[in-house]
This record gives sequence, C-alpha cells and structure tokens, in this order.
Amino acid sequence: MNAIFDNLGLFGEGFGNTLLLLLGTVLLALPLGLIVAAMRISPFASLRWTGTVYTELLRNTPLTLVFFFLFFVMPKLGVTVDFFPSAIAALTLYTAPFYAEAIRSGVNSVPVGQAEAARSIGLGFGQTLTLVILPQAVRSVIPPLINVTIALTKNTSVATAFFVFTLVSVLTRLIRSNPADLIALFLGIAVCYLLITIPLGQLADRLEKRLAVAR
Amino acid sequence: MSSVLYDAPGPRTKRTSAIVSTVVGLVILAALGYSLLTLGEQGLFGADRWNIFNDPLVWLDLLRALGNTLQAAALAAVGAVILGMALSLLRMAEHRWIRIPVTVVLEFLRGLPVLLMMVFFWGVLGLDSFIAVVLALVLYNGAIIGEALRSGIVALPKGQRESGLSIGLGSLQTRLVIEFPQAFRNMLPIIVAQLVVLLKDTSLGYAIGYAELIRRGRLLSENFGASQYGFSVFIVMTAMYLVVNLTVSTLARLAARRRGTKDVDPVIAANTKDPGASV
Repeated sequence: MNAIFDNLGLFGEGFGNTLLLLLGTVLLALPLGLIVAAMRISPFASLRWTGTVYTELLRNTPLTLVFFFLFFVMPKLGVTVDFFPSAIAALTLYTAPFYAEAIRSGVNSVPVGQAEAARSIGLGFGQTLTLVILPQAVRSVIPPLINVTIALTKNTSVATAFFVFTLVSVLTRLIRSNPADLIALFLGIAVCYLLITIPLGQLADRLEKRLAVAR
Repeated sequence: MSSVLYDAPGPRTKRTSAIVSTVVGLVILAALGYSLLTLGEQGLFGADRWNIFNDPLVWLDLLRALGNTLQAAALAAVGAVILGMALSLLRMAEHRWIRIPVTVVLEFLRGLPVLLMMVFFWGVLGLDSFIAVVLALVLYNGAIIGEALRSGIVALPKGQRESGLSIGLGSLQTRLVIEFPQAFRNMLPIIVAQLVVLLKDTSLGYAIGYAELIRRGRLLSENFGASQYGFSVFIVMTAMYLVVNLTVSTLARLAARRRGTKDVDPVIAANTKDPGASV
C-alpha cells in the first residue's frame, strides 16, 4: 500500500495523461466519426466509397501499427509532431471509424417505415435525416457510443509503448525499483482504469434500459 | 441504386452527384498525389529503399514474425472461447456464491486494458513474453465472449428453457443442451468479430518484447537503417495485417450470412441493386 502513496505523484501524472488522451481523442474522433457516418449513408456514391474504404482500412489495422505510422513513419516524411499530439492523432484515426459504425447502426435501427413515411410526405434526404431519423436514432446510438469510448479508454494504454507516460507507464517505471510492491501497484492502476470504465459501463446499461423502445 | 432515404436520381441529382464525385475524387487524388510526390521526392520509392525485399531472408524473418503473431492469436482464440463458455455458465449459475464472485471478476477483466494485463504477467509475475501475451488475451477476450454468450442466452425465448425443464432435463442440462447451442449460433458474428480484435491485439506484444510482426519489423528496419527502410517495412507489415484481418472479417461476414441472419440494415440493404431489398 505504501508504494502507492509514495508514488502518488507518478499516479497523478499517469492518470492525468490517460484522461487527457481520452478527452482529446473523444473531442476529435466523435466529429470525425459523425462525418464518416454521414458519408456512408449519403446519396453520393463517391462519398460512400471513401467512407467505406477508410472504415475497413482502419478497422482491420492494429492500433499499434497506426501508432507506428505516426511515430516512426511520419517523421521520415518530414512531419514531426510532439509525442502527445501524435498519440491523440493515432487514437483519433483509429477510433473514428468505430464511432461512425455505432452511429450508422443507430440510424439503421430506425424502422424503414419511418423513413418511408417521411419521404412520402415529401421530405428530402436532408430533412428526412435531420427531422425524422436522427432524433430517433440518438437513443439507440448513445449506448454503443459509450461502449466505444470505454474501449478507447483501454486503448489509450497503447501510448505507453510510444513514449507517453500513461497509467501503465507507472507500472513499467517502478518494476525495477519496487519489486516487492508490484502487485499493490498493479491493483492501484487497475482501480484507476476501473474508475473510468465501470461508471461509463453502468451509464450505458442504464441509458440502454431507459431509452429502450418496444418496436 | 436506391434507398429509402432518397429517390432514384433524376437528371439534376445525377449532375450534383457527378459534381460531388468529381470534387471528392479530385481532392483525394490531390492528397494522394501530394503525399506520393513528397514521398517520391525523398526517394522512398527508389530501388535503394526496397532492395532489402530482394533478400529472401528478410521475407523469411517477416513471415516467421507473422507466424508468431498468428500462433499467439490462434492459441489465445481457442482459450478465450473456452473460457468465455465457462464464464457465461458460471455467471448464470443458480448459487449466489458462484454468480457474484464471477460477476465481479468479469467486470474486473473487462474494464482493464489488455496491455496492463500483459505488463503484469510479464513484468510483475516474470512470465515468458509469449505466455504473457496469450494469457492476457485469453482472460480479456474470454470475459468479453462470456458476456456475449450470456446476453445470447438471455435473449432466447423463455419457452426454450421451460420446455427443456418440462421434458425432465436438469437445469444445467437444459442450459448446455438446449440454450447454449442456440446462443452460440446467434452470437457467432459477435464472437468472430471479437476474435479479429484479439488478432489485432497480439500486436500489443510489441510493448513487452514478444517477437510478433511489428516488433520484428521495427528491429529489421533498424538493423538495415530505419531512415532508409522504415517506410517500406511499414508498408509490407500493413499489407500483411490487412490480408490476414480482411480474410478473417470476410469469413465472419460469410458465417453471419450462412446462418441466414439478414442484416437488419435498411441503408445497406438499400444500397444493394435490388430495390425490393430495401424494405
């Protein structure tokens, strides 16, 4: 237990960086995901294709490889950014397609009859989407969006391998100096992660129950 | 091409669509062209950046690393599915003193980053990096698959369990013989999707020194000079991952289709050729 209190500063730094990575990525990846989702359901084939290729490409590439690209390949191409922004960029590029898929499947969960009704009273694509589909889609979109965010919280740990000091780095740094207290340190770090992920999961469950509509 | 969300294109929409497509195409081409040009200016497509791939030993090294990745993934996949089945059964056990601890353990495992578990097994318990990778992946994905299976069982019609019990099967028997096979089949797409995640997560072994694809690739390019070969090795590694993952993803999709679960997906359905499919 003492090991945790002795290294409270490190814990604070790791926890802070993890939260910053999380918030930064959510703020960037959510809008990007929304754009990609909009592209994938748009009437324009070229936009649909672009969105689909981006989604498939990133969803089938390991996050480590995306980090690898931003940290080791981009500098060779003359783009040098600090480690922290690079980490946020990697997480954003990787997470946005998952947000997009969550949003798109929410849109798809609205019964076809709704869209048909809207179209038959003469609403156009934009009107159908903004006035009829999206307001109904929101309720089924929020729980999966939270689930993607939970996955993102865990994914921020990958930045550890790329020179960002996260919660996991607390453990890797203290492995040599505090061999006796490693289990306690591990549990401390685990609690920090669970402090983020479990409340988010509870929130998703509760919203899912409250927003569920009998259809 | 038609969708519920918009009409079959008339002349005006066709024109707009053509304009949008041209603009998007041009923007993408410009971006691609610019990056290719920048890359080309730095000589990244020159033969001297790619000549290591003339050496069969380099390929052998990369393929062996890919083999390590696949080996860890295969072992972890089998373990995760078995653990998932066990956890889903225990999680639904009738005795509270089994159910509650298992629920707590599941929440714990699902809420932690895989990398943290890997570092724990490798750095704290001092296990071999291969075992640490596999063990962490089994625990994490087993918990997720377990939850998926459980929700699959919960989603079954109540009558399934009732009829099992009423023909004289025991509680556990009903679960194993009646409910489990159905839940497993219904959840197959989710399980396979999770196995793709598992495959991708083997790359986290990079951080604890397991000789998987990305680590070997990095070492390889550093041995030959990272500034010279970093880019070409990255391209080859990405291609390898894409081939493997897209194959597994396609298999997942085929499995879902063969089961006859149609995507309840008006937008996708609407984008198929058959207009009738959109309803």
